[in-house]
Amino acid sequence: MQLIPAISRGRGLGLAGVVGVTALLEVVVRTGLLPQAWFPPPSRILPAFGEIVAAGELFGPLGQTLQGWVLGILAAAAVGVPLGVLIGSWPLTHRLTRFTLEFLRPIPPVALIPAAVLIFGSDLEMKVFLIAFGAFWPVLLQTVYGVHDVDPTARDAARCYGLGPRAVLVRITLPSALPHLATGLRIASAIGLILAVTSEIVVGAPGLGVRITDAQSAGGAEDVMYAWILAAGLLGWALNGALHAAERRVLHWHPSYRGGVR
Amino acid sequence: MIRARLADAALALALPVLLLAAYDGWARTAGNFFFPPLSEIGATFAAEWLFTRVPTDLLPSVGRMLAGYALAVAIGVALGTLLGLSRTLSRALDPVLQFLRALPPPALIPVSLLVFGAGDGAKVFLIVLGAVWPVLLNTVDGVRGVDATALDMARSYRVPAHARLTRLILPAALPRILAGARTALAIAIILMVVSELVGADNGVGYTVQLAQRGFDIPEMWAGTVLLGLLGFGCNAIFVAVERRVLHWHLAVTGRATHARRP
Repeated sequence: MQLIPAISRGRGLGLAGVVGVTALLEVVVRTGLLPQAWFPPPSRILPAFGEIVAAGELFGPLGQTLQGWVLGILAAAAVGVPLGVLIGSWPLTHRLTRFTLEFLRPIPPVALIPAAVLIFGSDLEMKVFLIAFGAFWPVLLQTVYGVHDVDPTARDAARCYGLGPRAVLVRITLPSALPHLATGLRIASAIGLILAVTSEIVVGAPGLGVRITDAQSAGGAEDVMYAWILAAGLLGWALNGALHAAERRVLHWHPSYRGGVR
Repeated sequence: MIRARLADAALALALPVLLLAAYDGWARTAGNFFFPPLSEIGATFAAEWLFTRVPTDLLPSVGRMLAGYALAVAIGVALGTLLGLSRTLSRALDPVLQFLRALPPPALIPVSLLVFGAGDGAKVFLIVLGAVWPVLLNTVDGVRGVDATALDMARSYRVPAHARLTRLILPAALPRILAGARTALAIAIILMVVSELVGADNGVGYTVQLAQRGFDIPEMWAGTVLLGLLGFGCNAIFVAVERRVLHWHLAVTGRATHARRP
């Protein structure tokens, strides 16, 4: 019973924080501490954002960015999860691939932008390839870790009770690997959005990023530019929240998610 | 013991050698314009990056990355400690910080160009803006997670505030801070490359893009390989430093702390 007031008080504090920071920015810009040419006051950015929403302009680019993100993450998961299960299931494959994976993982995916543009052009295909490539590594590695960490006693017990390999995979291995997989997806989601916006800003693939650069090059439309940046941030924030909520729903049974408010 | 090590190393190296050989064999017979054989990429790499372009392109890239990263870590730790010490403040600002962290940093490229023009400043600024959030948020978490009993004890023994900070709070928060710093490093490298793909006149990313525009495919791949090596190298250095700095923590817990919020 104590929980509810505590949570709503946290919300209230957070709301106060958002309002406070916005008001502070307004003051800082109005007094000239922060030049208006660099950062228009929030009282101009927020109406510009409202206009984009009211005119329905927001949803086309938002959908394009989201489309690339969804397709890229799905492609990464479709390849990364089965491969991760395969690699993680046997000690030999794990040892065989560990060095290669540890080497490939820190490679910045944006390094492939020029090559991807050359091979795939500058539209959706290129964007999806980049996102899939960047998201593939966290998904793969977390799946490998998760499968590798499955309690061997549980697996052996299941085998002793006569469960076939498929049943062991579905009943034991995958559920125990799920929290790792969720972490992988969360990392992949953040990288995926970064790569989506990068391919839009750098290469000009259609989406939110293009609107940001368009507003910048239009000149005198800084408020519109920040309105689109706000949209990109809200998208990232919403994706993050949605994944967290999904994680908590799917994994409510797991010890690391039981109990505790946060 | 030595035999087992050798077997391990042979196993680890088998896959990369196999993959590279397979690629080379395929590239030689396929003759695909976009995928030249390894020997060609290697020769270009040696000619360009050993060491003709090191002072003109590699060093500026690495310099900007390190400057941005160092600033991001310094700012993130300082602000994160301040926020972490105040429960109310950190809770009030949490939504704002979550939003800023979820905002894909490349969306701020137009802002960096607006404020700093096309010079080094814009690139360092972008790297700071992208890399500071994981450090800041993890520092807040780390500082707030300091054992309350230890804090109370230090207070009742009248340990002065600055000693409490440097002897108790910061060391206790260090594993978490470093976890944030590791995430920030990956972001800094991504942003180093991205910032050089837009409005740059030197740097490794710039070279790769220039080669792509001139259809100089071996040079494009040579630069891409260098970016990969750079990512791998930075990560390896970070892990080595972390292991040294945190040896006491590793000795106690037996593992590194992972960023709660990647």
